[in-house]
Amino acid sequence: MTRLTRRKLTNSIVLTLSSLAAVAGLFMLTWILGDVAWKGFAAINWDFFSKLPTPPGVKGGGLVNAIVGTLLMTGVATCIAVPFGMMSGTYLAEFGKNNKFGNVLRFLADILVSAPSIVIGVFVYLILVKPMHQFSGWAGAISLAIIMLPVVSRTTEEMLLLVPAEIREAALALGSPYWKMTINVIYRSASSGILTGVMLAVARVAGETAPLLFTALNSPYWMHGMNEPMANLTVVLFNYAMSPYDDWHRMAWGAAFLITMTVLAVNIFTRMVLRTKGRTS
Amino acid sequence: MKMKQTKIWGDLIFRGLTASFASGIAVIFVAILLVLWNQSQPSLEKFGFSFLFNTSWNPVKDNFGALIPIVGTLLSTFLALLFAIPISLGIALFLAELAPHWLRAPFGTAIELLAAIPSIVYGMWGLFVLGPLMADYVQPFLKTTLGFLPLFSGPSMGIGMLTASLVLTLMIIPFISSVARDVFLMVPQPLKEAAYGLGGTTWEVVRDIMIPYGRKGIAGAIFLGMGRALGETMAVTFVIGNAYHLSWSLFSPGNSIASTLANEFTEADGTVYLSSLIELGLVLFLITLIILSLAQYWLRRSQAGRA
Amino acid sequence: MIMDKQAKFRKKIEMKRENEGMELGPHKKQEMGEIKLSIRNLNFFYSDKQALFDNTLDIADKRVTAFIGPSGCGKSTHIRTYNRMFELYKGFRAEGEIWMDGINILDPAIPALHLRRKVGMIFQKPTPFPMSIFDNIAYGLRLYGGYSQDEIAGRVSKALQDAALWDEVKDKLHYPGTALSGGQQQRLCIARALAVEPDVLLMDEPCSALDPIASSKIEELIGVIKEKITIIIVTHNMQQAARVSDYTAYMYMGKLVEFGATSKIFLNPDNKDTEDYVTGRFG
Repeated sequence: MTRLTRRKLTNSIVLTLSSLAAVAGLFMLTWILGDVAWKGFAAINWDFFSKLPTPPGVKGGGLVNAIVGTLLMTGVATCIAVPFGMMSGTYLAEFGKNNKFGNVLRFLADILVSAPSIVIGVFVYLILVKPMHQFSGWAGAISLAIIMLPVVSRTTEEMLLLVPAEIREAALALGSPYWKMTINVIYRSASSGILTGVMLAVARVAGETAPLLFTALNSPYWMHGMNEPMANLTVVLFNYAMSPYDDWHRMAWGAAFLITMTVLAVNIFTRMVLRTKGRTS
Repeated sequence: MKMKQTKIWGDLIFRGLTASFASGIAVIFVAILLVLWNQSQPSLEKFGFSFLFNTSWNPVKDNFGALIPIVGTLLSTFLALLFAIPISLGIALFLAELAPHWLRAPFGTAIELLAAIPSIVYGMWGLFVLGPLMADYVQPFLKTTLGFLPLFSGPSMGIGMLTASLVLTLMIIPFISSVARDVFLMVPQPLKEAAYGLGGTTWEVVRDIMIPYGRKGIAGAIFLGMGRALGETMAVTFVIGNAYHLSWSLFSPGNSIASTLANEFTEADGTVYLSSLIELGLVLFLITLIILSLAQYWLRRSQAGRA
Repeated sequence: MIMDKQAKFRKKIEMKRENEGMELGPHKKQEMGEIKLSIRNLNFFYSDKQALFDNTLDIADKRVTAFIGPSGCGKSTHIRTYNRMFELYKGFRAEGEIWMDGINILDPAIPALHLRRKVGMIFQKPTPFPMSIFDNIAYGLRLYGGYSQDEIAGRVSKALQDAALWDEVKDKLHYPGTALSGGQQQRLCIARALAVEPDVLLMDEPCSALDPIASSKIEELIGVIKEKITIIIVTHNMQQAARVSDYTAYMYMGKLVEFGATSKIFLNPDNKDTEDYVTGRFG
């Protein structure tokens, strides 16, 4: 074998392996999504969205309390994390670009983005659940908010930094104070980017389980407020999937279907928005 | 022209306000460390450093050691990286250099969507789909071919260290490959063209130009995936088996820090029991802190190299 | 080779400066009529690197003054001191004096916001804000406050008329500013600057991102609005400087090489290097 044929052979082998890896990745995606869609869709019916869970062995029932619980806790978490995260992202983009304080905060935010979410759950258990002797929807919402916060902060920062320097200068050249320039001009310029970032962050925490396990816990009943243990889709999924009952397994697939499709829909939607936006401007 | 001398109070207030919200991130970070440290005291006082090397986990006798969960966490992460790194780099290479142009964007999106699927779905899929497959086909096959190794011995139960590692692999592949793809895309075109111009094959250009050029970013991507794998709870808890013993066999059930917390935290009744679990959480937080710091270090270095 | 030429050129300028100095004589001031800005010994630093060296000149009121010179010579840096835009960036620092209506505007005691109301600015690329055409123009007015809705509407339409944009946009004032063409966007920015009635308008290569037709509209506009305000324009385009300006300053490597009436600079410059540059033999 000549040197050239050997080089060409090595090349084709590596290229084939690389393409195979890509095909395998796509195959896994379709496999997992296919299973979730196929098995999950079978479990979805009107009862699933409208009835409370039944005890094991009793047919029927639904997860309406868990769906509402997830929506409620995600909503409260969003209301806490978005203003908080936007303010801190504003600091990082506008004032903390090159100073030490900004760099340290950016670093800590990056660590928190990838930190184990179960540790956040332990933390919130210790500061809220244990002192109040009560698992609660509030505790669940706050752990989700802590997970969202660094994500929203970093996205806001990135989106604000995309606004061209000329736009800032043009507003300041009109005699605008820095804060008015930020609120009236920069936020507006970055609004669609920040919005999509927030939606992705919401989608991410909506699928979180670990931080809810010991904060919101779970409940088979209809909620009377956020001061009590609160049902939510992911923890229900966990409990049902780990149970020995076939009916509950079916419900778990249904919950997985609902969560996965919502999360994917948000992801695909935001990508489309960003793409069309990128084309026009 | 009249010019009053005024300070722009609005700007000072705005800056101060945003800065105080931003410091909230630091406050949360420090609070996590302090609270976990503080609440670990009963366990720290009772077991001291030996906590880290003790293999016993006995709620009845109030004797707790972290070695088994720590080993389980590190082992499952190590195996997952072992499988995920070559596959991820292959995917990244395909997306950045090999795939026809019309395929790159949709394929890249598909890989990123894999990263968006909640980890609990991976775990559940692992329990109901991958686990039985492992028990019925993969593990018997491995036993007949490689069974002379202690790694591949023992009963084929489907769930256990190997299955957990495989689910983790699936979870981190999208993370590593999408970051690595971005790193590959950062290699300047003229540099690649120069190497192609000298008669290099695609693989030679990748090996000699793209990988050396992007090595810091790739290191960052790998550490990022490692950080994810270490702290991953739901993908692992379903399939790791939740058993406290050390075994050479990858088929045997084990435990990771995160799965221990997920399974036992709400059931812990004694002070020492709860505090041992909290200390486990602290250990996990510190390990991921180190790994993620390394990830940030490398990713930032590679960005600095880009400018 | 080029380096050599530049080094020689620099040396020549330095020698000349030592021999003659750049101070403008009193006779020139009289020729110029009223003076709006007097720049004295302006030095500028990017951290440790000095970018402007002892710039001294006077800017005539209600005239157009053009700054020309090769890329990186400090033209933009120079005019960005007039509204203290450089203060946004860390380590940027100006020394010297810029007198405007009896006040040294570089004095830190003078708030930059007040200064910027009097000194408007137009940038290379159009900078429409992400809001409607109307809101773009009204932005400055609303910032300062104290205008009724009617006054704002009146001023918006007047500013658009002054910027020769009214006829094109009067029926779509609620459209986003970004929906306009590049040339229209730039005139929108001019209208936005004019709406707050500044004394001075800085234009930093306002036509460099525009096509020739849009550029000529901007040039026409400059000819009209200079009746009311002082315009200072930085440009790469020598023909443009010759067409629109009354006075021209030629800068090189942060130094003001020659300053005078545009006709003199272009037809009969005192300085050999200025002549080389304006006739295209250098730069």
